Amino acid sequence: MAESGARLLVADDNKVNRLLLGRSLEVLGHRVAMAENGRVALDMLRRERFDLLLLDMEMPEMDGFQVLEQMVADTQLRDLPVIVTSSLEGVAHMARCIELGADDYLSKPVNPVLLKARINSSLEKKRLRDQQKELVRRFATSEVAEDMQRSGFALGGKRITGTVMFCDIRGFTSITEAQTAEETIELLNTFYTLMFDAITGAGGVVNQMVGDGLMSIFGAPLPLTDPCGSAVRAAREMIELIEMLNVEREAGGRMPLKIGVGIATGDMIAGYTGTHSRATYTCIGDAVNLAARLEAHTKAAARPILIDGNTAAGLDAGQTLEALGAVQLKGKASTVDVFAVAV
Amino acid sequence: MTSTTIDPAIFAELRDTAGADFVSELVATFADEEAPQMLAELRDALAAGSAERFRRAAHSLKSNAMTFGAVSLGELARGLELGGLPANDAPLVVLEAAYADAVDALRELSRG
Repeated sequence: MAESGARLLVADDNKVNRLLLGRSLEVLGHRVAMAENGRVALDMLRRERFDLLLLDMEMPEMDGFQVLEQMVADTQLRDLPVIVTSSLEGVAHMARCIELGADDYLSKPVNPVLLKARINSSLEKKRLRDQQKELVRRFATSEVAEDMQRSGFALGGKRITGTVMFCDIRGFTSITEAQTAEETIELLNTFYTLMFDAITGAGGVVNQMVGDGLMSIFGAPLPLTDPCGSAVRAAREMIELIEMLNVEREAGGRMPLKIGVGIATGDMIAGYTGTHSRATYTCIGDAVNLAARLEAHTKAAARPILIDGNTAAGLDAGQTLEALGAVQLKGKASTVDVFAVAV
Repeated sequence: MTSTTIDPAIFAELRDTAGADFVSELVATFADEEAPQMLAELRDALAAGSAERFRRAAHSLKSNAMTFGAVSLGELARGLELGGLPANDAPLVVLEAAYADAVDALRELSRG
């Protein structure tokens, strides 16, 4: 792929330049589409898939600088390699293009040998970047993957306000004892698939899976307009999905699953911790600890979803809550107002 | 034709990279479609007193002239691109003459 057969877009308002560049690229074995100004180019980039853009700077309607600015702001286009082809005079223009994210700069008239070398190098870089993204994507959610790309995997945290949710399977040990190890792995995979679906569907990010439990964050790394409502919506959907799964399990003569969910909201530090070779996205703060305690308390309270006062205050009036009063939770110095979400 | 009308080395390299037939078509596109528009735009921009339009048109013409190895035409266009609006159309008369020479030479070369 890096050697030939890539799909390239040439944006140049000058027909002679456009035709010649297109021809040179076809001779190199690439497929070429052409745009006569920046606006047309951007429309095509958003509609079709390209491996690389060759961009002229001086164009009517929308010039090359504006195209670069729009591409940087667009998560879908940010990583597309761009080679600027321009006969603008001066190093300042070149520097500005590179600052705006262009990979390379070729002066016109374009030297065919340089053209070939730069195209291959850019395509190879893109291939490596795609590969890396694919790896990250397999091990992290797309939100975390994107944030990692943006922050360059920088370790360290930032202060955010968000909602944390803990969830785990009640009485998991007795379930594992009643079935084979293969059945347990399959059950966990089904469980995680359903939980991920509910959580990511509501805008949350799963950041830890431990045994039969998971932790997720709402409002980081990307901000949400309504982290409390999103977390509660996810929790209700999780309960519903588990009930549907139980109908199948009981029909097959297996034990039903029960889950507990604890949700708390507050200020926390979110970021990557670990080393540069292995890091995880996590949150640290009182709310994290509180959410874990609330989840543990669901058994004693005999309610599947428990939330703290901050989360309750963040919900809109339509949500039915049952106030359980001030509860002394394990590991907490003072009592905490606890609410159960109706399911 | 002097070697600065069309630099034979640049033209030969263009023909080797893109193919003789393609280069003939490209010369026709330049001479029949693009360049007359740019020359007209230079005159319009001068009449309208628009330095930016004038600079852009000169820039495009320079770019294409350099592509074909039309060195003299390219240098004249570059002078106009960087020099701002001229006081009168004398530089355009010179440019148009250089353009006529370049196009004659290009058509000749692309037939051969």
